[in-house]
Amino acid sequence: MNEAVVHIHRGGPLLALVGNPNCGKTALFNRLTGSRQKVGNYAGVTVERKEGQFSSPAGRALRLLDLPGAYSLNPRSPDESVTVDVLRGNARGEKRPDLVVCVVDATQLRRNLRLVLAVKRLGLPCVVALNMADLAEKRGIVVDAEALGRELGLTVVRTVAVRPDGTDALRELLDQPEVWHYQRLPGDVRDLAPEVDPRGDHAAVHGILDRLGLAEVAPHLASDRIDRVVLHPLVGPLLLALILFLVFQAVFAWAEAPMGWIEAATAAAGEAVAAQLPQGLLRSFLVDGLIAGLGGVLVFLPQIVILFFFILLLEESGYLPRAAFLLDRIMGSVGLSGRSFIPLLSSFACAIPGIMAARTIANPRDRLVTILIAPLMTCSARLPVYALLISAFVPQREVWGGVELQGLVLFGLYLAGIVTAMAVAWLLKLLTAGRQVRTLMMELPSYHWPQARNIAIGLWQRVKIFLRRVGGIILVLTVALWALASFPAPPEGATGPAVAYSLAGTLGRALALLFEPIGFNWQISIALVPGLAAREVAVSALATVYALSATGDDAAGVLAPLLAQDWSLATALSLLAWFVAAPMCLSTLAAIKRETGSWKMAGIAAAYLTALAYALAFVTYRVALALGGG
Amino acid sequence: MPLRESASVLEVNAPPYAPEWSGWLAEIGFLPGERVQLLGRAVPGGDPLVVRVGDSTFALRVAEAACVQVQPLQVAER
Repeated sequence: MNEAVVHIHRGGPLLALVGNPNCGKTALFNRLTGSRQKVGNYAGVTVERKEGQFSSPAGRALRLLDLPGAYSLNPRSPDESVTVDVLRGNARGEKRPDLVVCVVDATQLRRNLRLVLAVKRLGLPCVVALNMADLAEKRGIVVDAEALGRELGLTVVRTVAVRPDGTDALRELLDQPEVWHYQRLPGDVRDLAPEVDPRGDHAAVHGILDRLGLAEVAPHLASDRIDRVVLHPLVGPLLLALILFLVFQAVFAWAEAPMGWIEAATAAAGEAVAAQLPQGLLRSFLVDGLIAGLGGVLVFLPQIVILFFFILLLEESGYLPRAAFLLDRIMGSVGLSGRSFIPLLSSFACAIPGIMAARTIANPRDRLVTILIAPLMTCSARLPVYALLISAFVPQREVWGGVELQGLVLFGLYLAGIVTAMAVAWLLKLLTAGRQVRTLMMELPSYHWPQARNIAIGLWQRVKIFLRRVGGIILVLTVALWALASFPAPPEGATGPAVAYSLAGTLGRALALLFEPIGFNWQISIALVPGLAAREVAVSALATVYALSATGDDAAGVLAPLLAQDWSLATALSLLAWFVAAPMCLSTLAAIKRETGSWKMAGIAAAYLTALAYALAFVTYRVALALGGG
Repeated sequence: MPLRESASVLEVNAPPYAPEWSGWLAEIGFLPGERVQLLGRAVPGGDPLVVRVGDSTFALRVAEAACVQVQPLQVAER
C-alpha cells in the first residue's frame, strides 16, 4: 500500500468517524460510502487514510473520513496520534472535521463511552452512532438511545452496519441543522474531565450506565463458547495449523482455473497482435515485451486475491487476534510478541502492508525486528516464481487423502520462510534484546459473521493496489528488460538465440560468474536483475528471456516445460531456496526506509537478505548435487 | 487468581521498568471497581492469559496482569 499522499478538497462538509478499535467503524464506513472510497496516506506519516463520499437523504454531498481506531485521546501509537491530531485540527494537510461521528459498540459501552466523553470535550460538533445495537439486544443489553443521548448531551442514533437500512437514521440526522453545532456538555460530565486521568470519565460512564440500568456486565455466551475451542491448549494450535494449511491448499487449487483463462487470454492477445503487424521490432516489443510480460504477472492475480480473501475473512471474523494469542509464546521464544503475528501474516500477501502494520507494535525493538523479518514471509510476489518452478519440477500427483504433492512443496517453502525468519529473530534476540519489556495487551473482540460486502470492498482495494504496481514499476521494468534483451541485435548469420548477443546476455553472463557456485545459469542471472526491483518480475523476465531465445511467439504457456528441460533439479531447488530469502523489492526497501526513517535500516535489510539468500541457495545446491539432483 | 472466578479491580500498579503500563491498562478498562475474570491461559507455560474486563476480553501477559490488584467477589453476587 504505497500510494502517494492524496488530498481531496472537494466540496461538502467533512465528517470523521471516531471509535475504539473493533467497534465496527470500518463496516459503518463501508456501508455509508460503498465503493466511493479513496485509500491513501496521511501527510508525513504512513498511517492509512480512508476517505469516502456519500450524500444525506436531502441530497447534501458529504465527505467522510475513517480515522484509525483509538482507545483514548492519549496516543500510544502513530495510528492513534493521527486520530488525535485530526480531531484537534493539528494534522498536516487535513481540515479539522465539521462533525465527528463517535461510533460506539453497544455491547462495549463501558469502554466506548469514555472515548465519546473525551472527544466531546474537544469542542467539535458530535453525534453518536450506537452500532451493533442488534447484537447487544441479542445479549439482553437494551440501550435506550434517547436516554443515552440525554445523559451524554449528544444526539444518539442506532446503526446496524451489517444491514442495508442500518444507517438510514444516521443519514437522516445529518439533514438536521442543529447537529452541526456544538452542543454544551451536561454539568456533571463536564466536571469530571481530567484529560490525564481516565478515572474521571470512568466514574461519569459508571453513573450513566447505572441510570440507564446497564450496569450489569452481560456474558458473551457465543463468543466464549467458541473461544473454549479456539483457545483450547491442544485443539487451538491444531486448528490454527489446519486453517493455515487449508488456506494455502486453496490458494493453489482454486486459482488453477482462472489462471488458465488469463494465460489463454494472454496468448490470444499476443496472437491477435502478431497477426496484425509485420515481423519486426514493434511486433516483438508488443508481443514479447508488453503482452507476455504483463500476462506473466497478471496470471498470479487469482492467487493473490484468494490469499487476501482468507486473510480478510479471518480478520473480519475476529480470529486473527486469537491466532496471535496462540502464537505469543512461540514468538516470545524468539524475542517477539504475539502482536508481531498480524504484520507477519499480512506479509504473506505483501511485505509492504506488513511493514506498515508493524506500527501497532509499541516496543521499538520488536517493531524493528518485525520489519526486518517481514520480507522473509513468503509474499504473493514470490508465488509466481514458486508456482512456475513447482509446476515445472514437481510432479502433479496425490500423496495422501487428496493432498497434492505440489501443494505440500509450496507449504514447505512457506514453512522455510517462517523458520528462517524465526532464526533471524532469535539471533537478533541474542544480540540486542537484553532486558526487554514487551507489551501484549491485545483485545480479543467478539466473533462476528464476516460480511461479504466488507470483504469485497477490502479485496477490491488490494487488487487495485496490486494492479497499480503491475501498471507502474513492473510494466516499466518488463519493457526495460525487453529492450535490454533485444539490443544490440545479433550479427548477420548468427546461429544462437538473439538474446545471447544482447546487453542482457552480456550482463547475465557477467553475473553468472557470481551465481555459478549456486547453480544459476545466465538466463536466471538476467532475470534476477529486474527481480531485485520486484520479485514477480523475475517470472516475466524469464518469460522474456526464454521467449526471445525460443523460436515460438507465445511465452506464458511454454515456459514451465522449457525450464523442466533446460534446468537441473538442483538448479531449480537452489532458485527456490534463493527466493525464500529473496532480497526484497525496491518498494519494500522504500517502505522500510519510510517506517524506520533511515536508509541505514533499509541497507542493513538488503545486505542481510542477499547474504542469507546466497547462503541458503549455496547449501541447497550443493546438497542437491551430492544427492544426485544434478 | 482462580479460573472463571470474578473479582473487582482495586488498583493498578505498573512496575518501575514499565511505568506506561498503568495508563494503558486503565485505558483498556482496568479501573478501580471494574469486574475482571480470568478466562483462560495459553499452553505451554500459562502465559499469556485471557482476561475479561468489564464487557471486553483482552490477552494479557502474566507480567501485565500482575500489575492489577484485585479483590475477589462473592460468586453469589453474580
